[in-house]
Amino acid sequence: MLGRLSWDASPFYGVIPAIAASVVVLAAIGTIVLLTVMRRWRWLWSEWLTSLDHKKIGIMYVVLAAIMLARAFIEAGLMRTQQALGAGAGDVGPVGAEHFAQLFSTHGTIMIFFVLMPFMTGLINFAMPLQIGARDMTFPWMNSIALMLTIGGAGLVMASLVIGKFSTGGWTGYPNFTGAEVNPGVGPDYWIWALTLGGAGSTLTGINIVATIWKERTTGLDHLMWMPLFCWTSLCTALLMIFAFPALTVATVMLWLDRTFGFHFFTQGDGGNMMQYVNLFWMWGHPEVYILILPAFGVYSEVIGTFSSKKLFGYTSLVWATMAIAVLSFTVWLHHFFTMGASANVNAIFGIATMVIAVPTGVKVYDWLLTMRHGRLRFDVPMLYAVGFIVTFVVGGVTGVLMAIPPFDYVVHNSTFLVAHFHNMVIPGSLFGMMAGATFWFPKAFGFRLDETWGRRGFWFWIVGFYLAFMPLYVLGLFGMSRRMATYLHPEWQPWLIAAWAGAGLVGCGLICQAIMLYVSIRDRERLRDITGDAWDGRTLEWLAPSPPPEWNFGARPVVTGRDEFGERKLNDEAYPVPDRTAYRDIEIPANAATAPLIGIFAFLLAFAAIWWMWWLVWISAGAIFLLVLWRSMRFDLHRQVSAETLYQADMAHRRTILAHANGDIGSGAPMRHARGTEGYLAKERREREGQA
Amino acid sequence: MPPRRTVAALAAIGLPGLAEAAGALSPNGPVAEAQLGILLTALGLMAIVVLPVWLLAAVFVLRYRSTAGQTYRPEEDFDLKVDLVIWAVPALIVIAIGTIVWTRTHQLDPYAQIAPGDSLRIEAVALDWKWLFIYPDLGIATVNELALPAGTNAEIALTSDTVINSLIVPGLAGQIMAMAGMRTELNVVADAPALMWGRNTQYSGEGFADQEFRVPVTTPEDFAAWAETARRERPLDRAAYCNLATEGATSEPRRYSAPEGGLFKAIMMQYMDQDRGRLCSDD
Repeated sequence: MLGRLSWDASPFYGVIPAIAASVVVLAAIGTIVLLTVMRRWRWLWSEWLTSLDHKKIGIMYVVLAAIMLARAFIEAGLMRTQQALGAGAGDVGPVGAEHFAQLFSTHGTIMIFFVLMPFMTGLINFAMPLQIGARDMTFPWMNSIALMLTIGGAGLVMASLVIGKFSTGGWTGYPNFTGAEVNPGVGPDYWIWALTLGGAGSTLTGINIVATIWKERTTGLDHLMWMPLFCWTSLCTALLMIFAFPALTVATVMLWLDRTFGFHFFTQGDGGNMMQYVNLFWMWGHPEVYILILPAFGVYSEVIGTFSSKKLFGYTSLVWATMAIAVLSFTVWLHHFFTMGASANVNAIFGIATMVIAVPTGVKVYDWLLTMRHGRLRFDVPMLYAVGFIVTFVVGGVTGVLMAIPPFDYVVHNSTFLVAHFHNMVIPGSLFGMMAGATFWFPKAFGFRLDETWGRRGFWFWIVGFYLAFMPLYVLGLFGMSRRMATYLHPEWQPWLIAAWAGAGLVGCGLICQAIMLYVSIRDRERLRDITGDAWDGRTLEWLAPSPPPEWNFGARPVVTGRDEFGERKLNDEAYPVPDRTAYRDIEIPANAATAPLIGIFAFLLAFAAIWWMWWLVWISAGAIFLLVLWRSMRFDLHRQVSAETLYQADMAHRRTILAHANGDIGSGAPMRHARGTEGYLAKERREREGQA
Repeated sequence: MPPRRTVAALAAIGLPGLAEAAGALSPNGPVAEAQLGILLTALGLMAIVVLPVWLLAAVFVLRYRSTAGQTYRPEEDFDLKVDLVIWAVPALIVIAIGTIVWTRTHQLDPYAQIAPGDSLRIEAVALDWKWLFIYPDLGIATVNELALPAGTNAEIALTSDTVINSLIVPGLAGQIMAMAGMRTELNVVADAPALMWGRNTQYSGEGFADQEFRVPVTTPEDFAAWAETARRERPLDRAAYCNLATEGATSEPRRYSAPEGGLFKAIMMQYMDQDRGRLCSDD
C-alpha cells in the first residue's frame, strides 16, 4: 500500500535534519492556521490559485522563488559554516558528510529549478505581455498548469525534508553514483521527479511564451525590431526552453527507469554507459545557463535604457547578439566534460566554440555602457543592480573563457574555482537581474514602489557579500581545493573559507534588508503610491497601463509606431490622449480554472507515488489528470465577457487620475518621476532641432 | 615573467596560504607549469576587453549622473564605427586565445607522453575512498601513495571499481576522470624531488573529503630503493584486493608486492559484461 514508505523515512536521524523538518511542518501548519483565522481561503483560491491572469501567475512564480531562495540561502549558510570550521580529517564541523552532500544537492537544485527558473518565468509572465500590448498569454490555462507543476516540483523538494532524504548526488546527479546499485534509497528519485515536474512546467512555459510573442503582438509590432529588448530575450529564452528541456526530461526519466525497473541506459555493461547521461544532461545544461541569463540581460537592457533616460545604444547589435548566444549555446555542452578523456581535437573544437560566445556577450556589455554614455543617469535600485552586474559579470566572463581552455580546465574542473565561476554568472548575472526586474516592475504589479533606502542597503550587502564569498573560492580552486568537500586536510585554506563565510553572512544581511524593505514598503504604501502607472519615466508600453493594470491590461490595445513607443509619446505630449469610445470592443477574458491547481496536486501525488513505489496512486493520479484535461476540453464556458463600456470607463478613470495628478490635486507625497526627469528638456531639444531644419 | 616567478611575486605581497599552497600555483612539472602559463597569458589578453569595461563604467557613472550636468544626447543610439570596434576587438581576442586553445590542447593532451624516454607505467584504480596504484613493470602496488621518480614520464592508466572519480595532482598536471568499465589516461612528469599531494575531485560519497593521497617525488635511485622495500610487503592477490575494495576509507598509505597479473583489466572488464559477475562477489 505504501510502497517502500515506512517509519525509517522519518527525519530524526540527526539534529539539523530534525530541526529543518520541524520548521517545514510548523510553517505549513502556521500558514494553514493563519489563512483560516484571517478567513483568506476563498480569497487565495479564487483571486490567486485559480486565476489565469498572466500577471497574477507571474507574481505567484516570484513568490515561489522568494520562498525557495530563503531555504536555499540557509543551506548555503550551513555549508559555508561547515567549511569555515572544517579544517581536519573525518567529522570536524557541525554538519556530517552525508548531510553536507544533501545540502549541496538541494541548494543547487533549488537555486536553479525553484528560484531562478520561477523568478525569470514570473518576470516574463508579468511584463512581456504588457510590453507587446497583449491582453494575456496565448494559452492562459496551460500557463497556470506550468506554474502548478513547478510548485509541485518545489513541494517535492520540501517534502524530502520531512519524509525520506534528498539525493546526495549534486544538482547534476551523475550516475553511477545516482544509480540503484550505489544509491538504492529515495534520494535520487526525489531529485529526478522534482526536476521532471519543474522541467515539464518549463517546457510548457517555453511554448506559451513563444506563441504569445508570435501571436499576440499589438498593431505595429509586426515590426519585430520595435519590440522592447526584454521581449527579444524572452523569445530566445523560451526557444531554448523548448529545445533544451526535453533532453533533461529524457535523461532523468531514463535514469528513473534504470533505478526502478532495471533498465540499462546508464549502467555499465549490457550496452549502457554513464557517459551518455552526462552527454544528455549537459545538452540541456549548457543552454540552461543561457535560459537563466538571457532574461536578466533583457531586464538590464530595459533598466539601463530607462534609468539613463536614453534610447538603448546598439539595439540591433543587442538583438543579434542575443540570437547568436541562443544559437551558440547549443554548440558547447561538451566543455562540461573535457576531463572525461575526449581527444585533443574534440576538446579544442568545443573550447573554441565556447569562447565564441564571449564575443556577443562582450558586445552586449559595451552596448550597455555606451547607453549610459551621454545619458542622464538615475541611480534607483534597479540601476544599482545593473551597474553592479556589468562590473562583476565580466569577472565571471573571464573565468569562463579560462575554463574553456581545455588544458586549464583540467586543473580547475571540479574545483572551487568552478564553483566561484558559476556563482559569478548566476548571482550578479541572473539573480541581480531578477532582483532589478522585481524592483523595476513592483510598482506596476502592486501600485506602489519599494522602499528605496532598504533596497539600497540590500543591494550593497549583496554585492559586497558576493565578492567576499566567492573571490576566495577562485583562489582556493587554484590551490587545488575540490568542490563539495565538507572537510579538508590543508589548514592553510581555512582563512579563505572564513572570509567566504563572512561573505555569506553579508549576503544574509542583504536578504534581511530586502525582507525589511518589503515590510516597510507595504506599511508606507501611501507614501510610495504610483498614481500614474509610470513610476520610473518608463519607455515601453507597460508603463502606459495603470498600476496595477486591470485584468485586461489595456482597454483599447495601443498602436505602436516605433521603438520605445511610450517614451516617444511622452516626448510628443501624446502619452495620455482622450480615449476614443469607438475604439472599444467587447472582449472575452479567461475565466478562473480550478482544473489547473487540481492537475498540479495530482502531478505532485503521481511523482510522490513514483518515488515511493505506490503504484496504485501513480495510476489514480495519472487517470485523474487525464480526466481533468478531458473534462476541461469539453467545456465552452471558459471565458468571461467584459463590455466595451466597462473598458472605456476604466480608461477614462485612469486618465482623470493622471490629469488630477498633473494638476497637483492628488498624490503630493509622490512626485511624478519624469517631472524631475527629462521630458521638458527633450521636447525643447527636439523643437530646436526642428527649428534649425 | 615566467609563471612561477609571477606567483612568487604575488606570494610576497602576503596573501595568506599562497606561499605554502602546493596547488596549481606552485608547479613542479612541465604540464602544470604550462597550464599556469596559459592562465596568465589568457588573463593578459582578456584584460584588453575587461579593463576598459571597468574604466568606462567608473567614468560614465561619475560623469553622467543626472546631477552632473554633462552632455545629454538621448537620441544617440547607433554608431557604425563604434559597433564595428565592439564586435571586432572581442573577436580578435577570441581568435588569439582560440589559437592558444588549439595548439596547447594538442601539446598538453593528457594522453600524450611528455618527457622522452621509457615511460613508467602505472595503473590507477579508484576505490571507495582511496586510490590503488599498480606498478605492473615493478611488480608492486600502493594505496594512497603515488611515488614517482623525478624526470621520468609516468603514464597513468585510470579506471574505477566504484563511482566516477577524477584524479588530480595539482602541482603536476590537471585531472582526468576514472570510470568503471573504461580506461582513461593521464601522463605526468615531476621535475624535482618533493612531497606533493593529489586527490579525487569528483564527489563520490561519504569518505570523499579525505580521499587524498601523497605523491613523494624522489630521485630515480631513491625510487628504485623504495620499490625494493615495497617488494617485501604482502602480495596483492585477489583476496587482498577484494578486502581492499570493500573496506571503505583508509587514510594511511599501504604497499603491496606482486599484484595479480592483469588485475587492472579484470577490474575494468567486470563492468562490461553483467552476466560474468563481479570480481569480488558477495559469496
